[in-house]
Amino acid sequence: MFRESFVMSLQNIRGNKMRSFLTMLGIIIGVTAIIALITIVTGVTNEVTSRFTELGAGKINVRANGTVLKRGITESDMQKLSQIENIAGVSPNVSLTLPVSNGGTLTDDVIIEGRSDIYFRNNDVIAAGRPLSPVDMDPHSRVCVINAEAAREFFLQQNPLGGRLVIGGLNYTVVGVLKDSDNDVMSQMNRMMNSAGKINIVIPYKAALRMTGMGNITSLELYMTDTGQSEETMRQIEMVLDQAFNFKDNSYSLINLDSLLDTMNTITSMMTTMLAGIAAIALLVGGIGIMNMMLVSVTERTTEIGLRKALGAKPSIIQTQFLMESVVLSLLGGLIGILLGNLISYVVAYLIGFTFVMSVDAVAIGFFFSAGIGVLFGWAPANKASRLNPIDALRSM
Amino acid sequence: MSNTILDMRDINKIYLMGEEESHVLKDVTLTIERGEFVAILGPSGSGKTTLMNIIGCLDTPTSGAYFLNNREVSGLDEGELAAVRSKDIGFIFQSFQLLARLNALKNVELPLIYGGLSPHKRHAIAETTLTRVGLQDKLYHFPNQLSGGQQQRVAIARALANNPTILLADEPTGALDQHTGRQVLALFHELNDEGHTIIMITHDISIAKKAGRIVEILDGRLSCRERDIYV
Ligand SMILES: Nc1ncnc2c1ncn2[C@@H]1O[C@H](COP(=O)(O)OP(=O)(O)O)[C@@H](O)[C@H]1O
Ligand SMILES: [Mg+2]
Repeated sequence: MFRESFVMSLQNIRGNKMRSFLTMLGIIIGVTAIIALITIVTGVTNEVTSRFTELGAGKINVRANGTVLKRGITESDMQKLSQIENIAGVSPNVSLTLPVSNGGTLTDDVIIEGRSDIYFRNNDVIAAGRPLSPVDMDPHSRVCVINAEAAREFFLQQNPLGGRLVIGGLNYTVVGVLKDSDNDVMSQMNRMMNSAGKINIVIPYKAALRMTGMGNITSLELYMTDTGQSEETMRQIEMVLDQAFNFKDNSYSLINLDSLLDTMNTITSMMTTMLAGIAAIALLVGGIGIMNMMLVSVTERTTEIGLRKALGAKPSIIQTQFLMESVVLSLLGGLIGILLGNLISYVVAYLIGFTFVMSVDAVAIGFFFSAGIGVLFGWAPANKASRLNPIDALRSM
Repeated sequence: MSNTILDMRDINKIYLMGEEESHVLKDVTLTIERGEFVAILGPSGSGKTTLMNIIGCLDTPTSGAYFLNNREVSGLDEGELAAVRSKDIGFIFQSFQLLARLNALKNVELPLIYGGLSPHKRHAIAETTLTRVGLQDKLYHFPNQLSGGQQQRVAIARALANNPTILLADEPTGALDQHTGRQVLALFHELNDEGHTIIMITHDISIAKKAGRIVEILDGRLSCRERDIYV
């Protein structure tokens, strides 16, 4: 009997192609919106999250603007920061531009970064040679680590390890080569601001500080042990820095990518909820459309219903048939919506550049929503059909 | 076992239209034996269709007892009545009442669907009954591809499909010309000869005379005179 009802509903939908399609349109739009929304938002969020994680999960960046009395962070401030429970390491970052030569050609305005051994312990950036070590953290240490672009520029095809560079008039020995990666925040930002393929040279931060002529550090990178406690850790960092800068406003700023990510997640979930609401309205409108079509269909087929009853159809069978019809109609719309939604997501993924993953959740939601709407809005018309008096129905012939 | 398949006693049907009562059937008492061919004759508005609806279990009487196949049916609910219609009644309507989007075979299969038969059996029975009414060449024709007489034959095949206790025909020749009407009546006779019980409703005395027995209805009352003639 179920099979017959199914076949009959398909026949009726096929018999009224245009009307059925227009009726399904609301469901199609609603389900398409839901599918595309969930798939695209999930895809983008995953992409951004994984980028962020690559960039700086568990990292807190401190930028000190300083005050008139105290221009930056001192060694003792760093010492206090490193004693915070959840802080695994404090890495200072001194940035300056200097002329560099290999004894022959001279290149102006090369970005030189001063870093400590802590940085190399927390970031896997060495491709060849060795990283900067604790013994290099001496104002007179003259070693450097360079990136592949710098190796090309200053050493051509030769092995740069052990090579000499004159940086700001001082002789340095190359001890390591950096990986060509965009995994760390600085090079990522450099990439965003400048063209790719920048020369990058890292020297011990104490040597760098000496060359700047200032004793203060303006930028730090802190590494957390447990990213889950980032808020508490941030508070403790603020306490230390507030004390260091005597509670002056705007004397420093903190950037934690984890909390940034939290904020972003809040925004996307708010957006998703809002758009899901709009999709739900589309589905509601679609449901009303289906109800309308089914009511028209019941009226049109009054005689047929009467005849079927005369031929022995029980009221429950008539009800099943009309319910089946509205569910099939709605599900058909839902299936088209699922296809369209995934198609749109696929195209958008390709255009924006995130990985398209079909969301099983979204497909399930689309499927059950459309089936549910078919039942919900088909119920009243089906009930009306089942209660038609066969005599009245046949009399209208 | 008695051969009486229809036994109605003091059936009344009263319609309520607002305040007014309309007494359409008045103390109708009627018995019909297995294998009879009965015509119910009466002018328009006399209550023929109302009586047929009650006989066919589409409607229930206001009062009175009705036994179909020795089973009291006047107190049954809608679902049970549907089951009785499916098993015992084969309707034939004046305007055929075929579903236009189904071919002859599918139209005949309809009552078999509600009788709960498998698709395979339905097809076989529909084909046999359509052959019985002489439409073996028209199995896949749609109603609009058939003449009026052929359409009524499809309707008769449909009524026969479930092998019902009674064939119930309301003005079966009303929409047909005289010639085709006579052919349909001839088919009724053949079916009656094969043992089918037929109740035919008509307002036309010349058609009623083709039946084995005439029951006259006038203003909701069965006429005793015709019953006397028969007895
Ligand atoms: N549902 C109804 N409500 C009120 N009156 C009805 C209804 N059905 C039939 N009648 C009345 O009953 C009478 C007999 O109708 P019907 O049985 O159709 O007669 P016939 O078939 O002999 O022409 C008519 O006067 C008609 O108006
Ligand atoms: Mg009538």
